[in-house]
Amino acid sequence: MTIEATYGVPTVAMHTDKFVKVVRSVAEVNGMPGLRQVFVPQPVMGKTAQQLRAYVDGTDPVTGRPVMQEVLEGLTRPFDDAELKAVDYDRSTPRLVEPRTEDGLHRLFLENHWTDCLPIVLPTEERVAAMLAQTRRKPDEVVGRMRPTHFREAWEYTVEKVAVNAVMAGARPEYFPVILALAATSVTARGSTTSSAAAMVVVNGPIRHEIGMNAGIGAMGTYSHANATIGRAYGLLSQNLQGGSIPGLTYMGSQGNNYSYNNVTFAENEERSPWEPFHVQHGFAPTDSTASVFTGCRSTAYTLGVREHHWREHVRNMLRGMDPHIPPTLLLDPITARQFIDRGGFHKKDALIDWLHDNARMPAREYWDYQLIQNYIYPRATFGEEPWASKLKAAPDEMIPMFQREDIHVVVVGGETNPYWRIMGCSYAKTVSVDDWR
Amino acid sequence: MGASGTMTVLNPIGFAPVVTPRELAPRLDTLDGKTVYLVDCRFDDSDVFLKQMQAWFAEHLRGVRTVFKPISSVYLHDDPTTWEEIRARGHAAIVGVGH
Repeated sequence: MTIEATYGVPTVAMHTDKFVKVVRSVAEVNGMPGLRQVFVPQPVMGKTAQQLRAYVDGTDPVTGRPVMQEVLEGLTRPFDDAELKAVDYDRSTPRLVEPRTEDGLHRLFLENHWTDCLPIVLPTEERVAAMLAQTRRKPDEVVGRMRPTHFREAWEYTVEKVAVNAVMAGARPEYFPVILALAATSVTARGSTTSSAAAMVVVNGPIRHEIGMNAGIGAMGTYSHANATIGRAYGLLSQNLQGGSIPGLTYMGSQGNNYSYNNVTFAENEERSPWEPFHVQHGFAPTDSTASVFTGCRSTAYTLGVREHHWREHVRNMLRGMDPHIPPTLLLDPITARQFIDRGGFHKKDALIDWLHDNARMPAREYWDYQLIQNYIYPRATFGEEPWASKLKAAPDEMIPMFQREDIHVVVVGGETNPYWRIMGCSYAKTVSVDDWR
Repeated sequence: MGASGTMTVLNPIGFAPVVTPRELAPRLDTLDGKTVYLVDCRFDDSDVFLKQMQAWFAEHLRGVRTVFKPISSVYLHDDPTTWEEIRARGHAAIVGVGH
């Protein structure tokens, strides 16, 4: 789109057919509904040169016309009036939904993709007002802007809009400052990525106890109203305030992700942790209340305990099982955290993170062959961007770090029923103040 | 709940930005004698696909000069250096493959 509109070069964009609705919609909302787009079958990845030559010689699966005929016409056939017609459709958002029966409203919300397909609480004026009473912020104050993917336009939302979604999730009014803080990150929990990513939320500080969040037994499960509904609210507000999360249009996760129902939302077990809390590591005072957002949650590895003789090998095995494009965040039961101190002498989280960075290694030839490394890291390395450019100079058999040190994190959570622990593959996005939204 | 058994609730959708129309580039009269850039977005073997398209041009439209051009980084980043080169040295572009 940039080459065409900004640089004035006639362009044809090639896509695979699974993305027809997405790319036409993206062209439209970017003000270019007449953008010439040609389609080939999905997938391109993994096909041989001969198979891809057949795509070139074949037909566009969307139109049924020869691919190269469409490409040539796309560059030479003048635009007709319909293609040049300005986009003209209603994008306003009324404050209220047309009155209906209760059952009718539940059906409408479901059919409009405004829910996560579970029952919701209908956002009446009274319920939304109760939510709004928990913040000093005005209902019409803009909280942030969010979008499901890099190529889409960001939508804007207010305190009242966040409150509507918080009510729908079943959240209690006293949770609202945490939910507002999550909305203020402008980080979506409903990314459109084909990789089916969910978010993760770690809450720190006094707010955990004030609203009854769970950091102990079952913290990441279905055993805390606050954990459950705050995380659900984050998902609902993301999909509704960013302009949708509709399969095939604004959501392209191939397999979907069950973590998305409440976005792995929990409190850190600061009281039982032997280390400083996560938010203090990121510049906040222990008395501050914060919410930290992680994205890209898909993969989880787990084991029991930190064994005396072979714990190093066990941890290395877990790290090697991860895709090197997504860094590890260790979620440690307090017993496990203390075992890491006993076995490895990691009296600070930073010492453990140093060890993880130094021990998560794989041969360079394997690292660079990962598809996600090829897609997202290799291009940056080949054009000199550090630290990847230096990593690219490694001999094929050299054991190189899988992750950047600053991308590795440790959080303590759990009820000490056993030293189980997990590694969540995810990317830390940011930590924001909850107190700012009280 | 209203007397008619209906309820009024708030709309949960955010506020969409205004769509600003962007101008499309004029099409070429012909590709003969022109340079067409095949722009590799460096995603999921798109380079293999575009090289097959380049071979098609060499076989079927010898009067068209093609340049295979990978973008300078990942597709998430703007690439003004490459776009400037295409504007200066090329006449048209084929970009792929966006999934």
